[in-house]
Parts: sequence; C-alpha cells; structure tokens
Amino acid sequence: MKQPLLDMRDIVKSFSGVRALNGVSITLGEGEVLSVCGENGSGKSTLMKVLSGVWPYGSYEGEIYFQGELIQASGIRDTEALGIVIIHQELALVQELSVMDNIFLGNEIGSFARLNDEAMHHRASELLGRVKLNIQPDMLVRELGVGQQQLVEIAKALNKNVKLLILDEPTSSLTSADIRILLDIVSELRDQGIACIYISHKLDEVLALSDWVAVIRDGDHIATKVAAELTQHDIIAMMVGRQLEELFPREDHEIGEVVLRVNNATAIQAGASRPQVDNVSFDLHRGEILGIAGLIGSGRTELMQCLYGCYDGQYQATVELDGQSKQIRTQRSALAAGIAMVPEDRKRHGIVPIMSVGRNITLSVLDNYKTNHFSSVFGGVDEDKEYQDIEEYIARLKVKTASPELAIKHLSGGNQQKAIIAKCLLTHPKILILDEPTRGIDVGAKYEIYKLMYSLVKEGMSIIMVSSELPEVIGISDRVLVMHEGKLKGEFDHQGLTQEIIMNCAIKEGA
Amino acid sequence: MFIKIKTNQLQLFAMVAAILFIVVFFTIMTDGSFISPRNISNLLRQTAIVGVLAIGMVFVIVSAEIDLSVGSMMGLLGGIAAIFDVWFHFPIALTIFLTLGIGLLLGLFNGWWVAYQRVPSFIVTLAGMLAFRGVLVGFTDGVTVAPTSSAMSVIGQSYIPFSWGISVVSLLCLGLLARVYSRRKAKQQHGVRNQSAKFEYSKAIAMVVALLALVFILDHYRGIPTPILLMGGLIIILTYVAKRTAFGRRVYAIGGNIEATRMSGVNVERTKMLVFGLNGIMVAVAALILTSRLGAGSPAAGNMAELDAIAACVIGGTSLAGGIGTVFGAIMGALIMSSLDNGMSMLDVPTFWQLIVKGAILLLAVWLDVKTKKAH
Repeated sequence: MKQPLLDMRDIVKSFSGVRALNGVSITLGEGEVLSVCGENGSGKSTLMKVLSGVWPYGSYEGEIYFQGELIQASGIRDTEALGIVIIHQELALVQELSVMDNIFLGNEIGSFARLNDEAMHHRASELLGRVKLNIQPDMLVRELGVGQQQLVEIAKALNKNVKLLILDEPTSSLTSADIRILLDIVSELRDQGIACIYISHKLDEVLALSDWVAVIRDGDHIATKVAAELTQHDIIAMMVGRQLEELFPREDHEIGEVVLRVNNATAIQAGASRPQVDNVSFDLHRGEILGIAGLIGSGRTELMQCLYGCYDGQYQATVELDGQSKQIRTQRSALAAGIAMVPEDRKRHGIVPIMSVGRNITLSVLDNYKTNHFSSVFGGVDEDKEYQDIEEYIARLKVKTASPELAIKHLSGGNQQKAIIAKCLLTHPKILILDEPTRGIDVGAKYEIYKLMYSLVKEGMSIIMVSSELPEVIGISDRVLVMHEGKLKGEFDHQGLTQEIIMNCAIKEGA
Repeated sequence: MFIKIKTNQLQLFAMVAAILFIVVFFTIMTDGSFISPRNISNLLRQTAIVGVLAIGMVFVIVSAEIDLSVGSMMGLLGGIAAIFDVWFHFPIALTIFLTLGIGLLLGLFNGWWVAYQRVPSFIVTLAGMLAFRGVLVGFTDGVTVAPTSSAMSVIGQSYIPFSWGISVVSLLCLGLLARVYSRRKAKQQHGVRNQSAKFEYSKAIAMVVALLALVFILDHYRGIPTPILLMGGLIIILTYVAKRTAFGRRVYAIGGNIEATRMSGVNVERTKMLVFGLNGIMVAVAALILTSRLGAGSPAAGNMAELDAIAACVIGGTSLAGGIGTVFGAIMGALIMSSLDNGMSMLDVPTFWQLIVKGAILLLAVWLDVKTKKAH
C-alpha cells in the first residue's frame, strides 16, 4: 500500500448502548479504490457517517487520520474542507436549479452582492468535461436522468477539490449503460490520484473497480482483502457466514389450504422507466409464514403496498381471498378484507408519536368501542371497554411501558413495534403482512416477535414477512420468494436453503 | 410520564398566571373599575365571539390545517342571518337553522377542497377569505342590513336571570366534581397511574370557585349574558367531542401523524372534511351572536377575526404542527386576548399600541412554549 491517505483506527460507535460499529479499522492510499461490502444494517452507512462528519468527533471512539492528521470534525462542512466528499444514494441536488447553480451551491464564485456568472459558467463547463457530461451548465437538474444527475454530483465534488470520494450505492437506480459510464469516470479519477470508497451490493462492479474489498458484518470488521484475489462467492461467504439456529425458535405448525392468491401484480410509478413490481404472482397458505427476500429497491415493499392498498402509483393485481376475488384500493378495504400490515418505516407510517401507547393500539378499531350506534361519526368511545383490549394486548405482546398513557415515542423501537403489531391484531386479520418487522430492534425483542409469529400461525393466521436479514428469512419462513428488479426471481422451501442461494438469486443479473 | 405531567401543569399554570397578572395589572391601573361587574360582563361578552371561533379553529389546527376564511365567513353568515331577519322576516328559529346549515355547508366546501382535492388549506381558505367577503358585499350591496328583530337580539344581548343561572352552574359544578371522581376511580381500576389527587381536585375546585364567583359577580350586573352561556355549553360539548369521541381521537391522530393514521385504516379525508364542517357550524354560531349584538348585518363585520381566533388557539397551547391543543386552552387564549383589548381600551391606549401589544404577546407566548419544550 502506498502512503496512507486515510487511516481509520478502531472505530466504535454505539446507539443507546447498542454497538453499531465494533472496532473497525480501514486504511486507504492515494488513488486507490476500496469497496465496503456488508448486508443491510451491517454498519457500512454508520461507518461512512463517522468518516464524513455526520457523527461529529467525540460521538464515536477511535481515531481517523487523513493525510497524517487527526480529523476532529464537528460536521460535514469540516470534512468537505479537507477534501472528503460523500455522495449519497438519494441524490442531494436541488431539482429546480440549474446544473451550474447546483455545482456552486454554498461555494458560489463572486461577491456577496453579485455572483460572477461568467466565471462559474466557465468552471462548470470544465468540471462537466472532466466527468464526460456533454450538457449545458444552465440546464435544469430535473431535466436530467438519474445517471446524469449522479455525474453532476461528482462534478460538484470535484469543484470542492475532492481527495477522497465516497459513493454510497451509486448504481442502485441506474441502467447498465449509465453504470458503465460511472465506473469509467471513477477509474479515471483514480488515475488522477483521487481515492474512492465504493459501497455497493453489486459484487461484479465491486470486483471490476476496486483495489481492496473490506467486509463488515454486524459492526465487526471481518477482513480487508486484495480484490484481485477474491471471487463474488468469497465476498458473499464473508458477508453472511454466521450460526443462526439458536436465534430462531422454529416451531412445528400445520400449513393448510391456499387463502390468498395474487395474480399478475404490476405497479408502476408515474415517469419511471421500469415497473417497481413486474407481473408477480404467488400463493399464500393458511398457517404459513412466507418470507420475501430481495435487495432494497427490488420491489418487495411495493408489492406489499399493493396488497394493503397503499401503493402511491398505478397498480393492478387480481387478488383472491379464500377463493373470492377482492378489489383492494385503500387501507380500509384491506383491513375489511382481513389483511393487516406492519409497515416498514415505523416512524413515518407506524406510530403517532405524541399519542399514548394505548391510543396507538386502538386506532384502527375505534368503532368497536362506540357507545352510540346512532351516529357513526360522533359516537363516544367506551373507555372501559377500550382499556380492557389495551390491557389484554399489552400483556399478550409483552409491550414494556410504564403506563398505557405514556406517549409511544418514549418507548424503545422493539416495544413500539410490538404496539403496532397489537394494533394490527386487534383488527383480527386473516393475513398479517410484516415489512421488516425486526429492523432496528434488539435481540430480545426480536425473539419475542418470532415467538409471537409462530403462535399466530398456529391459530390459523397467515403471515407474509419481508426482510433484508437473510438469516431471519431462512430461520423463520416456511417458504421464501426472492425478488429482483420488480420480478419474482425464485421460490424456495426453507429446507436446505442457504444465504448464498438467496444472495445469488437476488444479486445476479438474469439468474 | 413524569415529564408529560410536568409540562401540562406548567402550561396550565403559565396560562392562569398570565390571566391573573393581566387582571391585577389592569385593576390597579383603572382603580378597580376593570373588575367591576359591569366591565366583567362586557369583557366576557367580547370574549364570546372570538371564543366560539377559537373552539372551531382548535379542531382545524389540531388536524394540522389552518382556516383563514373564518372572519369573512362569519361576516357572510351574519349578513345572511340579518337578511333573513330584516328583509324576509323569517321566524328566528328558521333563521338560526338556516344560518347554521349554510355555515356547515361552507365549512364542508372548504374541507372538500382540502381533503379530497389536496389543495393546501392555507390557499383554500385564503381564497375563501376573499370570496366570502365578496359575496357578502354583493348580497348587501355594501350597505348595513338593519334593524334586526327583537327576537334576534335575544341571542347576543339578553341575560339569564340569577335563579336560572345559579342552578345551571351549580349542577355543572357537581357534574364536574363527579366526573373527576369517577374518572380517577376508573383509572385506578385499570391500574393506570393517575395524576396526583391534589392536582386534579385543586384544579376542579379552582374551576368551581371561579365559576360560582363569576355567577355572583355577573348577578350584580343583569345576570349571565346569553352568549356566555352559549359559549359555555359549546365548551362542554366540544371538549367531549375532542376527548371522548372516535372522531375527536382521529383528529388528534391525523395531526400527530397523518400517514400512520391512514395506514391504520382511518378515513382521513372524510375526517378532515368534517373538521372543516364543524368549524363552519362554530362560525355560524359566532355570526349569529355578532349580528344579534350589532343589531345589524354589516359588510365589514368579522374583518380579521380569523387572526384573533388563530392567536387565541396558539396562546392557548395549540401546536400549529398539529396533534396538540385543547378547547379549554383556546378559550383561555381568547380570554387573554380580549382582556388585553378591554383593559387597554379602558386606559385609552391608542389603537396602534393595542395592536403592537397583542402582536408582542402572541410572539412571546409561542416563544415561551418553544423554550419550555426544548428544555426537555
């Protein structure tokens, strides 16, 4: 390795007692490309946030040296001044401004009173030339494709005199032609002496581009190896390899007849190049736990949104519940049909943070407590009856709360999740959809949720579980569907299923 | 839990302290005439209109929307009521019924645009603010519609005799204490931690004392003004709607997190539209009181009343971000605003100063709120 440009030593970062990074060390020389691989939630993003100053110096343990000097950043601006620029998965360009204005946003050329448009125009053309983007600097960003926008981001970084460029899943939403261009640019920047940290699930790109590959799993640094000596299979094995039997309390249960049949589900967002869900058909049996795996962006969540009537684009599907055809257009009709869902984004779609735990639990079924059947709107709530349900479900799901009247935002993630599951169960669903049910939840609460899932399927409920955690998908599901770019790529029985099989199915093109 | 009670108590104490301070200040400055029965009666009657508007507005703001059209809408509904009364000589019951009905429809109209057509409420009601005023001026040709019938003047100008007033209020006080007792018992039964008994009972007793004192004071000047009794009734009914009905629960949930509420299967569009409908009815009640008090329908009536209503809600602890706010708080806010108005008028403070002071109080109230919340 050449003279190290970046030297991260024993980085430890904890969130309220849970270690997200457990002593990760990474070094990188000038003009080198390092890929960081790991499953979703393994700690990659946290590591990049530490490096880029999102988590300021002092909020983590360990030291970061850049060009031989200790970084003591208090924010992103400090690291950018040093020449460390991160480009996020979600682009951070202002859509309504021109390419030029975006490049110079916050670093405008000119005086306070008057901007020097000519100088900026000239410099912008030069920067766009370096990223091989043949457009006028005064085009509006929203007129560009996603790939071109990514290049504008890089041009913006070059303007800041970047020495280390961090790309966080830059190709997840690009077409293969755009990916080609982006990879070429990164190689070229490397030749100019700019180092790059590349984060991607696409292992073919990783191997084609990198000098080094670092693998992180559960916050631990597994290894950093020379890319040329690795195969995709090696990387996957390092990413997943762990023992899981004891984590998953699999219990025998009876699987019955088909309760849900979905045919040709297709969902498309206005203006998108490809459908987010592409002609997917599957069955669900009584008492079955059906796991759905796939990378983020593979259409798993969108498929669930179609089933629950809350997809915000165009969608169509023929849905048969117990042999009867159903039209599900709203969440209300889904609940009425017997489908309930625990959404992926707990903060945005799950909880009403300032309301009490109890009131969050009964939000879906307030009509059950109506004292006055005369008016559907102004009927009073029988609070005694409501409290009985709240108490019963708090006890049944072991929601740990000081009081049912405590605002739900004060609860831990696991207990919030249990409360949301309680809300779903109160509607007495036939089918329960769990989208990432254990994301950001500690091991104890996870175990309880798994236990609960088995007790529910034993009662004859059917569960669809979407999860990015492969051990969980394999350890809990009876059957697993794998999605890739909106399509159903594979269906597996849990017997003999390994993470490698799922990863191969979820990652590789045309498999 | 501990923190929540603390902030609730703090907010309540701050509001009561503010009112006490205002009362003491103006009493001293006016050599006691601020707390004369006559002035208190006046002050309360002034509060009635903004108070009723604030009751409706609180629901709108709690659902994380805003209604800028209530001033113009109140003017329009007041004008319509006056036209029914003066030009067509409708019986008073019919006038009231029609005015309330039209208020409901106008509110639902606003709500339909907001909830189903997804036009931001700021814009919908800004449009209403202009258009309703225009309709009013068109209907009345820009002239005052007067004089209203004697039946009409009962709503805003009459007084309830003492014997009636005291029995209604006594019943109310007993009801209040019984309610606190039964709720505490129910909570104990369900093992829910109560707020401290001292706090709840002293709160209830303070309210009983305040109410009875008010009745006796008002008795020294003609009795309880009818609009105040009206407002009192609405406070009770709408506090019930806010706290004890499924509808009220859903309004708070929508303001707290509309997406999560939608995911829970709540018909958020219908609920939102109904909130605006309810607000329309409140505006109609306020309009009837206004027209009755003025004895006329005026094309300028209710100008800027929406700002008073919003200010009352905000001073009373309602969060413009939605999800937080109470009817009682909004009424306290209205009381603070009209006490300031009344006191400063008595001191012959120039109008421009009155506006400046009210603006400063609004800013200060919200600043304090932000500060105390940040501290936690």
